[in-house]
Amino acid sequence: MKILKEFGQYIKMFRGMFRMPENKAMYWKQFMLQCNDIGIGSLGIICIISVFIGAVSTVQTAYQLVSPIIPKTTIAQIVRDTVILEFAPTLSCIVLAGVVGSKIASELGNMRVSEQIDALEIMGINTKAYLILPKILAGVLTIPLLIILAMVLGIWGGRLAGSAAGIIDPSIYDNGLLMGFSGYNVFFALTKSFVFAFIITSVPSFYGYHVKGGALEIGHSSTRAVVVSCVLLLLADYILSALLL
Amino acid sequence: MVLKEVSAVMDPGKCNLIIGASGSGKTVLMKCIVGLMPPSEGEVIYNDRNYITMSLEERKAIRKEIGMLFQGSALFDSQTVEQNVIFPLDMFTTDKYSVKRDRVKEVLDRVKLSEDAYKKFPSEISGGMQKRVALARAIVLNPKYLFCDEPNSGLDPKTSIVIDKLIKEITEEYKTTTIMNTHDMNSVMEIGDHIVYMHNGEKEWEGTNKEIIYSDNEKLNEFIFASNFLQDAKNMRMIQETGEIPNDVHSDVRDALEDKFNTDMDGDGTIGTK
Repeated sequence: MKILKEFGQYIKMFRGMFRMPENKAMYWKQFMLQCNDIGIGSLGIICIISVFIGAVSTVQTAYQLVSPIIPKTTIAQIVRDTVILEFAPTLSCIVLAGVVGSKIASELGNMRVSEQIDALEIMGINTKAYLILPKILAGVLTIPLLIILAMVLGIWGGRLAGSAAGIIDPSIYDNGLLMGFSGYNVFFALTKSFVFAFIITSVPSFYGYHVKGGALEIGHSSTRAVVVSCVLLLLADYILSALLL
Repeated sequence: MVLKEVSAVMDPGKCNLIIGASGSGKTVLMKCIVGLMPPSEGEVIYNDRNYITMSLEERKAIRKEIGMLFQGSALFDSQTVEQNVIFPLDMFTTDKYSVKRDRVKEVLDRVKLSEDAYKKFPSEISGGMQKRVALARAIVLNPKYLFCDEPNSGLDPKTSIVIDKLIKEITEEYKTTTIMNTHDMNSVMEIGDHIVYMHNGEKEWEGTNKEIIYSDNEKLNEFIFASNFLQDAKNMRMIQETGEIPNDVHSDVRDALEDKFNTDMDGDGTIGTK
């Protein structure tokens, strides 16, 4: 019952969001601020995890492909496809659900509890449109870009690790990358990243915006936002894979 | 249901105070009036315009005529004092930055905030200063209606008086209709032109601060004379007018009053301390 009520409130949240802004320049400023917070703010962690995911993929794939009849280029192909199809979009977005999701939920929760949202309402500002919409739009714009970067860095990390550990020569790795490449995989990964970006930004916004109580409740809503986002990400991952692959 | 049958007309251009004990429904009433909590039934009329039935655009227009000072100041904590006050101007005016900056300086000067504080964040200034910044932000767009939700909450008595006087001065200067929630009787006596007393979600009494001391409403008396100072003030006035000390005054106070007036007021044959 509680889930249904929350879902209803979540849908209702979008209803009041799409109205003419009071001042387009201020909304644009808020959107750019969120692009910076979500996009640039998550750049470091995405770079680090992508390189290591690619590196670990190469080492583990090489470890499992022990047959001499399997060409080494296969390692590059497997790393490329797993990074593009799964690791870059899903793993990165699960990390982003923690980093970005908790930040959004606690920021909005704090604004709610300290009456800052009420203060904006009193001024005649549509708080859903001013506070939530820029976060969702910024997420939907910047997170797919981060995922593209994660794909590139993941594949590069694999090349680096393969070369450093003497598993695969860089030129062989490069050849492998070009073999049997399907552009549809990138399309699929980007489709996932748009859906994931929407979940990562809208779910924590919902929990943060509707906080009632004090500091303890802000913490609870932040945790709940991350947990629900992660579960929805995995669910969406399965549904999209079943539908699009 | 928190509020029952509450009906009151606020005096335009005056300080209207909603008083009552904690949990009496003051904040809910204020939230209903400003539109943060729509009432399940009833009307909220702004100059013949019913806020409850009006369109979203009309509501937005009314809200631009409202300034509100919140109990916890509600300043944007990631913005400096100056940014907090300029925010409504940025959102609702197309003035040049220099014009907006001058207006910000004007209102911050009006609430007696020094320029040293302009670049500070709300967490870096005192509670009293935060209230003054919030008041400056509330009046920066020249509102017709100024709402103050327990503006003295968490402030020491001296700072409370400063904030009260500022609210009163601003009401007179800007000709705003001020509606203030409080349970501070000092504020009532200092600035209350029109007072509405709430008890258990109902309007129990309505009048001026001249009338409140002499009211015979038991619940109101219980509330206002919870303050010993006010009880003593009332007694003093009665003594001056009738020359008699009320029976419920403590014997030590009776003796002190006899000393003050140099009269045997209680007829025990002695003046002051026995």
